Amino acid sequence: MALIEKEITIKSAQGLHARPAALFVQVATKFDSTVIIEKDGEQINGKSIMDILTLGAQQNTVVTLKVDGEDAEQAFTELEELLTKED
Amino acid sequence: MEEIILKGVAAAPGIIFGYAFILDKQDFVIAPRTIMENEVPSEIARFLEAVIHAKDEIVDLKNKIDAQKRANETQIFDAHLMILEDRSLINDVEKRIRAEKLSAEYIFMEVIRDYLSKFANIDDEYLRERASDINDIGRRVLKNLVDEDRLHALDNVEEKLIIIGHDLSPSDTASMYNKNIIGFATDIGGKTSHTAIMAKSLGVPAVVGLKDATLRIRNQDYLIVDGERGMVVVNPKEETLSQYKSQQTKIQETRDRIQEIKDLPCETTDGKKIGLYANLELPEEMPAIISSGADGIGLYRTEFFYMNRMDLPSEDEQFEVYKNVVEQMKGGMVTIRTLDIGGDKFLSTLQIPIDMSPSLGWRGIQFCLRQPDIFKTQLRAILRASAFGNLRLMYPMISGVQELRQANALLEEAKLNLKEEGVAFDENMPVGVMIEIPAAALMADMLARETDFFSIGTNDLIQYTFAIDRVNEQTAQLYEPANPAILRLIRVTIEAAHKEGIKVSLCGEMSGELALAFILLGLEVDDLSMSSVSILQIKNMIRNVTYKKAKEVAHEAVSLATSEEVETITLNRLKTMAPDLFNAQH
Repeated sequence: MALIEKEITIKSAQGLHARPAALFVQVATKFDSTVIIEKDGEQINGKSIMDILTLGAQQNTVVTLKVDGEDAEQAFTELEELLTKED
Repeated sequence: MEEIILKGVAAAPGIIFGYAFILDKQDFVIAPRTIMENEVPSEIARFLEAVIHAKDEIVDLKNKIDAQKRANETQIFDAHLMILEDRSLINDVEKRIRAEKLSAEYIFMEVIRDYLSKFANIDDEYLRERASDINDIGRRVLKNLVDEDRLHALDNVEEKLIIIGHDLSPSDTASMYNKNIIGFATDIGGKTSHTAIMAKSLGVPAVVGLKDATLRIRNQDYLIVDGERGMVVVNPKEETLSQYKSQQTKIQETRDRIQEIKDLPCETTDGKKIGLYANLELPEEMPAIISSGADGIGLYRTEFFYMNRMDLPSEDEQFEVYKNVVEQMKGGMVTIRTLDIGGDKFLSTLQIPIDMSPSLGWRGIQFCLRQPDIFKTQLRAILRASAFGNLRLMYPMISGVQELRQANALLEEAKLNLKEEGVAFDENMPVGVMIEIPAAALMADMLARETDFFSIGTNDLIQYTFAIDRVNEQTAQLYEPANPAILRLIRVTIEAAHKEGIKVSLCGEMSGELALAFILLGLEVDDLSMSSVSILQIKNMIRNVTYKKAKEVAHEAVSLATSEEVETITLNRLKTMAPDLFNAQH
C-alpha cells in the first residue's frame, strides 16, 4: 500500500487537544503504518500524545493526515472517522 | 541573542554576572552534570530503565485500583502510561543526551520543562490537567534516576550559578549555603520575603517580584542581577555589560571605603550611641557577622534547625550550635528567638495542616505552647548555652500577656529541671518578647512590666497591620514600612518600654534602609538589628547625623498622612544633612 494523504477538517468541539487526542494515539498505535499530522507546514508524529497535544489544533482546524504502510487503508479510515466525528 | 531587561524589586544589594539555573516550583532540583562520550549509551540505558520501572509502578497502582472497581480513577494512570510510552518524548531525551552530553536526569527535566512551557501557551483546561500529569510522571521517573537525597541537592552545585525560581521557600534556601550560588531572582516576593532575607545573609545580590522570570529566563542564560535597582538583564549586550562592570567596581570601592569605620563607635555627631546588631540565619554566617563589626546578634532565627530533615534536633545538638555562636561573639550579646514555625516556614518533620492563609495560621509561640516537648527541648538548649556567654532569649509572635506568662511558666520548669540535674545556666538570662502583632504593640505597657526587653519585628508587624501577605505579589505593594501607622505603633511600643525602663531593639528589614533607620533613630530605638551586609552603611549614616535632627524628623514623620510623604521628607532632610551618604548610590 502506498501513502494515503488527505486534508481533513477537525470536527470535535474539543479540537484535537482534548480527550480525542488520547483516543487518536490509541488507535494510531494499533497499526504498523506511520501516521503524520501536518498543520501549517508543521509535521508531527500521530502516535505521540505529546506531539499532538502541543499541536493545539482547535475545532475546524484543517490538517493533513498522512498514513503510510501495509495497513494504511484501514488505519486511515479509522483515524479519519475520529477526526471528523462530531461529539 | 536579544538582550531582555526584567524589572522587579531590589531585595539584596550588589551586582553580579553569571549563568542562570532554574529552580523548579516542584521540590526536586537537578543540577547539570557532564558525562563522557563513552558514557552516553549507559546513560540512555539508565534513562530507559527508569522509564520501564516507572511504567511498572503505574501498572501496579492501576491493578490495585482496578481490583477495587474504581474504574474512573484508573483513567489517570492510562494517561500516565501513554505519556511514558510516547516516542517523541523518549526520542527527544535520547537525542539530547547524545548531543549535549549531560546526565539523563538533567536532560529529562529539560525536555519535560519544554513540554510544560509549550502547554502553558495553549489555553485549554485539558492541557492544564496534562501539565500536572507530566509533573507527576517527571517526579516518578526522576525518583528512579536519582537517589531521593540528591533531589534536594543544591549543595551539589559545582559551578557558579544564579538561582532563578518562582519563589524560594525556606527549605530551598536552607540548602543554599553554598559559595557557588552567587545571586537570586524570583517571580514573586517583596523586600522582606525569605529570598531577600536569605540573599542578604549569604551576601549575594537578589531581585524579587519579577513576575515571569522563570518563563523568560532559560537555564544557562547569561545574566546580570542588579540588586541595587531591582533589575535582571538577560543576555546583556557588550556595552550593557561594561557599564555594569564599572558600576560593580564603584560599589566595591564604596564598600571598601566604609570598612574604615568598622571599629569606630556607632555614635551620632552629637554623641548618641546606639547598638548595631546582626540578624543570624545560619551559623555559617558567623564570619561575615564578625567582620561586619556588629555588636552582637540581635535576632538569631532558629527555624532552620528544624528544616530539611526527618527528625527533630536534639537538645545536645542545639546546645552545641548555640554555645558555639555565643562563644564566637566573645561577650557580644546574642539574642536567640525561639522557634517561629508556621507562616511561610514549615517544619519538614511535623505534619502540620496547611492553613489557607499561612501567615494567619498556627505559628510562633502559639505553636510552641501546644508542642511543649519541642519547645522545652529548645529552652533547655538555650539555657545551657547561656552559661557560656552573653545570651538573651525572646519569644516570637506574642499577642498578649497571657501567652507570655504561659511561655515563662515552661521556661521556669526547664530551669527547675536543669537545677535539679545540676546543669549550669545563667539564672539572670534576660527574656524578651517580639512585638510583631499589632495587639502586642497596643499592650506594650502591660507586656513591658513582665519582660526584660522588646524586639520589634517589623516584617510581620507591617503585614498584620495592613492585613496583607508579604509573599503575595498582589498585596506586596501595600507593604509600607514608612507608613505613619507603622511609625506610630513603633513609637507607642518604644515609649511604653522606656517608661518601664526596658530597652527596645528593632530587627525587621527596615533597620537596614538608610532613611528608615534614620527615623527609627529619631523614635529613640536603642538597638537596630539587620543583615550583616547593611551594618556598615547604617553605621556610616548614624555617624554623619545628629540625634537632635533625627528626633525632629521622626516627630514630623509620625504626623504625616502617607508613606510617600514620609519617604520624601525623610530623604530630603537626610540628603541635606549628610549629602555624602548618597554619593555611593547612583
